[in-house]
Amino acid sequence: MTSLLFITGGILFIVALAMVYRILLLVQVAKGDDGTKNKVGISNAVNGFLFIVFFVVSFVLILWYSPIASENFLPEAASEHGKKTDNLFWITTAVVFAVVFLTHLVLFFAPFKYRFQENRKAFWYPHNNRLEVIWTVIPAIVLTVLVVSGWKVWSDVMSPAPKENRVEIEIMGKQFNWQVRYAGADNAIGKYDFRKIDATNSFGMDFNDKANFDDFTPNEIHMPKGKNVLLKIRARDVLHSVFMPHFRVKMDAVPGMPTSFWFVPTKTTAEMRAELASQGKPNAEKFDYEMACTEVCGQSHFAMRMKIVVDEPADYAKWVESQKSWYSLNKEYVDKLKLDGKTKLSAINN
Amino acid sequence: MATAHLDVHAHATHGHGHDEHHDEHHEQSFIEKYIFSQDHKVIAKQFLITGLLWAFIGGAMSGLFRLQLGFPNADLSILKPLLGGWLTENGKLEQEFYLALVTMHGTIMVFFVLTAGLSGTFSNFLIPLQIGARDMASGFLNMLSYWFFFISSALMFTSIFISTGPASGGWVIYPPLSALPQAMSGSGLGMTLWLLSMAIFIVSSLLGSINYITTVINLRTIGMSFTKMPLTIWAFFITAVIGVLSFPVLFSAALLLLFDRHFGTSFYLSEIYIGGEALSNVGGSPVLFQHLFWFLGHPEVYIVLLPALGMTSEIIATNSRKPIFGYKAMIGSMLGIAFLSFIVWAHHMFMSGMNPFLGSVFMFLTLIIAVPSAVKAFNYITTLWRGNLVFTPAMLFSIGLVSLFISGGVTGIHLGNSALDIQLHDTYFVVAHFHLVMGAASFFGMMAGVYHWFPKMFGRMMDEKLGYIHFWVTFVGVYMVFFPMHYIGIAGFPRRYYSWTNFDAFNSFTDLNMFISIAAFLALIGQLVFAFNFFYSMFRGRLAPANPWNSTTLEWTTPRFPGHGNWVGAIPTVYRWPYDYSKPGSKSDFIPQNVPLSETPESNNEHDEHDLKLEKELV
Repeated sequence: MTSLLFITGGILFIVALAMVYRILLLVQVAKGDDGTKNKVGISNAVNGFLFIVFFVVSFVLILWYSPIASENFLPEAASEHGKKTDNLFWITTAVVFAVVFLTHLVLFFAPFKYRFQENRKAFWYPHNNRLEVIWTVIPAIVLTVLVVSGWKVWSDVMSPAPKENRVEIEIMGKQFNWQVRYAGADNAIGKYDFRKIDATNSFGMDFNDKANFDDFTPNEIHMPKGKNVLLKIRARDVLHSVFMPHFRVKMDAVPGMPTSFWFVPTKTTAEMRAELASQGKPNAEKFDYEMACTEVCGQSHFAMRMKIVVDEPADYAKWVESQKSWYSLNKEYVDKLKLDGKTKLSAINN
Repeated sequence: MATAHLDVHAHATHGHGHDEHHDEHHEQSFIEKYIFSQDHKVIAKQFLITGLLWAFIGGAMSGLFRLQLGFPNADLSILKPLLGGWLTENGKLEQEFYLALVTMHGTIMVFFVLTAGLSGTFSNFLIPLQIGARDMASGFLNMLSYWFFFISSALMFTSIFISTGPASGGWVIYPPLSALPQAMSGSGLGMTLWLLSMAIFIVSSLLGSINYITTVINLRTIGMSFTKMPLTIWAFFITAVIGVLSFPVLFSAALLLLFDRHFGTSFYLSEIYIGGEALSNVGGSPVLFQHLFWFLGHPEVYIVLLPALGMTSEIIATNSRKPIFGYKAMIGSMLGIAFLSFIVWAHHMFMSGMNPFLGSVFMFLTLIIAVPSAVKAFNYITTLWRGNLVFTPAMLFSIGLVSLFISGGVTGIHLGNSALDIQLHDTYFVVAHFHLVMGAASFFGMMAGVYHWFPKMFGRMMDEKLGYIHFWVTFVGVYMVFFPMHYIGIAGFPRRYYSWTNFDAFNSFTDLNMFISIAAFLALIGQLVFAFNFFYSMFRGRLAPANPWNSTTLEWTTPRFPGHGNWVGAIPTVYRWPYDYSKPGSKSDFIPQNVPLSETPESNNEHDEHDLKLEKELV
């Protein structure tokens, strides 16, 4: 009933508008203005002027609001490469902002300045090769500089992870949470097979591989500051994407194709809290690093949060000590698997 | 159909006998004339009106999800009659429905509005009229093109109403999410309908494109050499070539996905455990799909944008009363963009896990494409400089396009840089970027085209004042919606998120999101002004003069209501390029293309001598 009322109201409103519009038009016609007498009316100047207004208001708003918005930006990157990419981002932004400002200066002032006048004739200016070469070459040079500096950073970030000082973390995405696995005492993350996954063994750990027995799977990520952290990323159902905004880290998690990303965290959680507190940010003492999913993966895509803690290396070692291996928590399950190839497989499939 | 076909020839040969009688083709029934028509002008209008209807549906969808993003706590029970089961008990959008809305909005806007509605409309309408042809090379294929689009539309429209909901894995439909009905309910029947609809859409697009290419190559009137073609035609021609080369790849991608879904193949699937079972698929690659998808997906950006740029060139030149600056550079940059558009696709995939070396290659190739784009922007601005500017609504929308093209394009320099893309990928920065440069810019091109060629389409004028209001509301609205998204993107907010409150990092900008939503509602409501103006003027607008904008191109030499065959009598011959505006020496500030050089000795310059010689030989 309400919707019917809405629809009727809407229709009546449109009809009323149409009537008003028609009357205005008829009045205009009665006055003898058939709309073709003058090539342009006063609205030509008005429209030209509005571009100037738009230009001024927009740039004032941008300059006023940008510092306010920056309050909500992420804190300074907490990783080595993140500082470089941030730096590059702001340089690019500055260049781009200058380009937008200058081009719009011409684009939005020209309309009013060169608005139609009956006795004036437009300037015949079909081409100018020198000008065109200039504005082909200059953008090309600027872009080359930007690309080459980006390429250097990219090559560093994507280079193979150093062997020394390395901590490996396996991150697995699934609908709709992250799970992580650490190597344990033997420094080797055990093999897995997606066919071995079940409700208990969600990683599909293959216990034919001895390396699996000391692996542990905590509910939050811990990383030591200053070490080379290598994320070994995989997904077990659909695409996900690891996103650690504070570290400027992102990499898709792909079923059937393990991916990786390595970086060096530079600030512990405690240090970051102190830094934010010194900047007077609200809730600084409760700050936590977070991991999110940035590849749409289904209905609870937006809820795939995992907490990240960056520790001093000593604290990290203590935390590792305190973790219990997955095997020690699920002995019965593992012992039930007859660990000889075929029988094991059928046991799992049942 | 046969009669209609014959009719074209009747015009061609005995055109004189039909003077003033083209309304009375009694051979044509209503169905032949308006439904299964083979007249390119009618088909263009069919594309336009279908496209506009889709635009309103797609726009309304964005209004719905902006409600969720701007007012996450609002009780939407008032929309219960419309949304029914898609609302939760407490009047919020279902999470999956949110994703379905985002997916459908993207699909509809990219393919149905900005591909079919824009290129389909104006390529059909303008190619024969501007090159001096009676119709498309094949009127029949052209008719099929529209009706395949219609079937495709009907399938997609149906999918919105099925109980499991339409496709909802994002408009890029990445498998495995889109391949596995277990993964989300939208990946069931909704996805099947999506794939079928797109397959048929591709057929429609190919039929159209082949026709456009053939027509431009073969049916140009006497004198209309490639270097005398308006930039609109160049743009449509290049767009059609891109479409013919890239759409089949999407077709194969969709086909393989269909096989994976229904016939147990493993093109994109490998090592998957879902819904409590390990699937038997191994050896496939989800990344393969991304490569295939973006091999169309990136050229698609230019399929959408180039026609808009072409029309804008024409409109800006006409209303600046000045030749377009750097005609050949404009063609060159369009060709450059078209070529490069095929070798930059993987910049959508920097973070997909593909080899980082490929990332480096695609970063370099991507940033090269910025150069011809920059040339185009500078040339537009120079065309305005020292012009004699008339601000018709079409001109306003064209200037708006240039602005959006620049401010949206420059952030491509961020995103094309793979090092920066690590942080920016799949955040609102990307949303801001492509909505400005591709979505809004192309939409502005489409609106400019509608305002400019409406008099030729319907023989009547649209109301200018309403056009001004429409422009300013839309222009201000678009910037208020998409500019603030840069801030949200810099803050790292991921796209396709139903809500950000789960994360401390993204638990801010609630006020800005509310602002964006309100701006979006205003901009959407502003489109009703256009809807009114469009439909009202179609029937009750002032009758249009023959050449309302004092334009030089051939379409304005046709009668007010051109019949099937376009020109009464012989097709005009072309003697000059389409940009003789304010030519020194000429009394008038424009010289139509069909005026011989020999009639305008006062304004001929040294560049015209070659053509003048040719012209004499012709006579």
